[in-house]
Amino acid sequence: MDINLVPATPEIVLAVFGLALLVIGAFVRKDAGALVSRLAFAGFGVTLALVCLMAGWTTVQEGLNGLFIDDAFARFAKILVLASAMIVLAMSESWFRRDDALQAEFPVLVVFAVVGMMVMVSANDLMAVYMGVELQSFALYILAAYQRTSAKSTEAGVKYFILGALASAVMLYGMSLVYGFAGTTHFAGIAHVAADGARPVGIVVGLVFVAAGFAFKVSAVPFHMWAPDVYEGAPTPITAFFAVAPKIAALALFARVMVDPFGPWIKDWQQVLLVLSILSMSLGAVAAIAQTNIKRLMAYSSIGHVGYALIGITAGTHDGIRGMLVYLAIYLVMNVATFALILSMRQGGQPVERLSDLAGLSRTAPWAAAAVTVLMFSMAGIPPLAGFFGKFYVFMAAIDAKLYTLAIIGVVTSVIGAFYYLRIVKIMYFDEVGTPLDEFTSRVNSSVLFGGSALVLLGFLGMDWLVTSAQFAGDALLKHAAAALF
Amino acid sequence: MLAVTTVFLPLLTAALVGLLSRSFSDRVASVVTCSGLGLSALCSWLLFFQIVPAGEGFVLPLMTWASSGALAFDWALRIDTLSVVMLTTVTTISFLVHVYSVGYMAKDRSVPRFMAYLSLFTFFMLMLVTADNLIQLFFGWEGVGLSSYLLIGFWFERPSANAAAVKAFLVNRVGDLFFLMGIFCIFWHFGSVQFATIFEVAPSIAHHTVHFLWTDWNVMTLACVLLFLGAMGKSAQIGLHTWLPDAMEGPTPVSALIHAATMVTAGVFLVARMSPLFTLSDTAMTMVTVVGAATAFFAATVACTQTDIKRVIAYSTCSQLGYMFFALGVGAFGAGIFHLMTHAFFKALLFLGAGSVIHAMSDEQDMRKMGGIWKLIPLTYAMMWIGSLALMGIWPFAGYFSKDTIIEAAYAASGWHSDVAFYAAIVVATLTAFYSTRLIALTFHGAPRADERVMDHVHESPRVMTLPLVLLAVGAVLAGVLGYNSFVGDGRFAFWAGSIVGTPGDVTDLAHHVPLLVKLAPLVCSLFGVLAGVVFYVWKPCLPGRVAGAFPLAYRFLLNKWYFDEVYNAVFIRPAFAIGRLFWKTGDRAVIDGLGPDGLSRITSGAASVFSRIQNGLVSRYAFVMIFGLTGVVTWLLMTAFR
Repeated sequence: MDINLVPATPEIVLAVFGLALLVIGAFVRKDAGALVSRLAFAGFGVTLALVCLMAGWTTVQEGLNGLFIDDAFARFAKILVLASAMIVLAMSESWFRRDDALQAEFPVLVVFAVVGMMVMVSANDLMAVYMGVELQSFALYILAAYQRTSAKSTEAGVKYFILGALASAVMLYGMSLVYGFAGTTHFAGIAHVAADGARPVGIVVGLVFVAAGFAFKVSAVPFHMWAPDVYEGAPTPITAFFAVAPKIAALALFARVMVDPFGPWIKDWQQVLLVLSILSMSLGAVAAIAQTNIKRLMAYSSIGHVGYALIGITAGTHDGIRGMLVYLAIYLVMNVATFALILSMRQGGQPVERLSDLAGLSRTAPWAAAAVTVLMFSMAGIPPLAGFFGKFYVFMAAIDAKLYTLAIIGVVTSVIGAFYYLRIVKIMYFDEVGTPLDEFTSRVNSSVLFGGSALVLLGFLGMDWLVTSAQFAGDALLKHAAAALF
Repeated sequence: MLAVTTVFLPLLTAALVGLLSRSFSDRVASVVTCSGLGLSALCSWLLFFQIVPAGEGFVLPLMTWASSGALAFDWALRIDTLSVVMLTTVTTISFLVHVYSVGYMAKDRSVPRFMAYLSLFTFFMLMLVTADNLIQLFFGWEGVGLSSYLLIGFWFERPSANAAAVKAFLVNRVGDLFFLMGIFCIFWHFGSVQFATIFEVAPSIAHHTVHFLWTDWNVMTLACVLLFLGAMGKSAQIGLHTWLPDAMEGPTPVSALIHAATMVTAGVFLVARMSPLFTLSDTAMTMVTVVGAATAFFAATVACTQTDIKRVIAYSTCSQLGYMFFALGVGAFGAGIFHLMTHAFFKALLFLGAGSVIHAMSDEQDMRKMGGIWKLIPLTYAMMWIGSLALMGIWPFAGYFSKDTIIEAAYAASGWHSDVAFYAAIVVATLTAFYSTRLIALTFHGAPRADERVMDHVHESPRVMTLPLVLLAVGAVLAGVLGYNSFVGDGRFAFWAGSIVGTPGDVTDLAHHVPLLVKLAPLVCSLFGVLAGVVFYVWKPCLPGRVAGAFPLAYRFLLNKWYFDEVYNAVFIRPAFAIGRLFWKTGDRAVIDGLGPDGLSRITSGAASVFSRIQNGLVSRYAFVMIFGLTGVVTWLLMTAFR
């Protein structure tokens, strides 16, 4: 037994912190929500610093008897998860406060969800994977139903829970099949089965089941049906959280599990992911066109984006993993900034979420409209905005991996997708104003909106740096996977 | 330095006035462009007197344009006698036209734009004539085409002006295509586009053959024929001439500068510039001669029936360009350029005079509605006479010297093509005199045919317009007698200094020793033409109608300009439209749009509504889709991967 706790230090710190916050929330009477929220923010900051400082880029440490791994890939994903959680938490405070709904549970649940996500991206064993996924999921189920008094919110929570439980069951069944045929749940052990060229049916079927579970978590088609309803029903800050952090964690986990334990059977899972990716990109582009609610629109948008990110995993190469990580980083910025806008949308103090409510924004808030325009152009993948580079790297990876269909369909669907992104611009600039939106009061939201669009606009300046970092992360993952075979 | 100033000053003023046209008043714009052009003209004359007495030119490289493998050429100014002759002619006429425009365009709403276009045109023309390689020449060539297009369509509110501008552009494209092919051919076989290298290499590869369009060609013949086809477009030679009469839709100063004096002579210049190549190919020279003679004859016949004063002069221009070409074709390059120079003066004079008439007649251009105004605008009347006499080639006006040299050279040259050219030239001289007299008689003499309101308003043009007329008239009188010795006389070898081909004892020399009858023939024929004109339009004004009635077919044939436009319409334009419509309706609309954008968007929006119907909010359905998808994937994988 080799119980090395060092690699899991950030997770342990954050988990203990979450427990402490729970106690604080229970005992502080006055304005507990705001206090806990800020403490959680600080906790994320400390954890983020720990992740960054703990080890150099190239070190790889396994811990907890091989259940847990800390490498550049995990750190890259953790940084993205923590950063997005921090920003969303900061933006949520004013939103909840206006409705007097800021309670201590919200930040605590976010903290536990993030702990789950960090375990997911650092998992080195199917048991750890399941642990992380479930910890994350339970927190998210509760968050979806956070507004107990709202029928929509509770409905969202229940739907998410039922379907999530089904997905977990499928995933767990897959894991048991894999265990049955490989005799181990450890990643390296599973990969080792292929050392003599074996390809047991059980493992292949098991991996498809596991992949289906992950596909549910990332809302890839056809396991996406929950997303629009949950996105719409959940309170907007929680939707913002759903749209970014869990996606990043689940995609990182997806990549690791496919490349590391199931790496030898790439020919089998590549086809599955190819289908998932094509369906997600297509449905994300097409179904969004019919939406009138901006949160539902964002749900379909994120389904589409997941499809593009999956291209990177499907390629399964260095370039593919790198492309996916670059894509996720850019996706984070674009999405968080867009949600900063959605969180600011109010009429007469009440939150609104119809697309048509944006009409005439160019006149009432020209700078905000310009920022949103930049974001939408970036989402549509128009150069030289950051969103273009995200797509560029995954498409390049697909072409290098000879997945031409994937690249072509990706390009076609991003053209179709451009329609609904540009429609938002059209609504802001050309449609007649009905009731104008309230002035944007939250300074945090505005700075996220403008900061995000500035990053997107000038992102090409730092693109080299981002790509190099993603390269390190991807290399760490693939090197570990390759080592397992021998 | 002088050369740079001459060429680039017009560009500078054009850019200044064109780009800042909104902040300039009409007066400032006029002053800036006119003084720029005046300075440029001054510089060109200084350059002329610096280069010509010295007897040698130079090449002034400005910067490298392209250097890619074997293809390397510079932006450079080639200054030799040929180019300074063109420089002085172009800048002088352009300056006078600029000044004239100040008066003529005074009431227009966009004077700065007009002046900027004129200056821009001048710059491109100067680029063209100073080019030291074919690519730079082509740059100027396309530039003048562009300016011509802009100026023909200057009054863009008029549909006819737009149509004429587009027509000029398109017809010129046909010529440009051949010109480009000529450049390709030369680069391919000579390995360079620089004039110096081309001329050096030419004699050594004169007998090479190339395979092109299913036959073997002599390389010189092919290159020269292609270049000449290009020249035909720009210089409105028969077949590609249809744009020139329509180009009269532009303001009259434009017609004078671009469509009479300078741009249309670019083709003549090109052939003269490439004279070392043309002299190596008898076939090409024959073609140049025949096309030139045919154009001269065709255009002169048409000019006799036109009623629009500007169109008559336009066809006259076409006809005179024909003269220049067959002069080149029989080998008298100096005579061709000489006629180009004198023609520039008297044709600009005629056009500006016509402009003055139009100005006086309240924008009336139809000669049938003029008449009886010679006493009212005596100065313009006198100027038109001078221009016409120069055009007819009456001694001692400029046209006499240049035109007679051409006709004598055609007689002196050997070969069937020069005989054709000679007899055509004699006939054309008669016709020229006839239609010039007709123009003067219809415009100025007889009973007034305009209504009273117009007649009351007839007045002499302001001095800013008449002064350029007088200066041009001086040129139209003196250019011939002053230039004769240098251009085609005994001083020509020292004058040209090798910038165009000429050897002692060539056709230009022979031209001086033709029988007296040949020397007198053009003059006699011209006088006969004048007499006929006077009889027809002054003494017996009923005659033209009777003649037209006696030969209705011939009359209609001429009136309709030999039916060129109708034939082109039927052969090229309508089929092109039909093909275009076919591709548009069935190709683009039905197939590409239908299956592409339209079809895709139909499918997309259809799919979008299907997807939102599937998304019905029921958890059971969601779960079903998940399980269905999962089993589908597993089944497919098991069937394909584990068969």
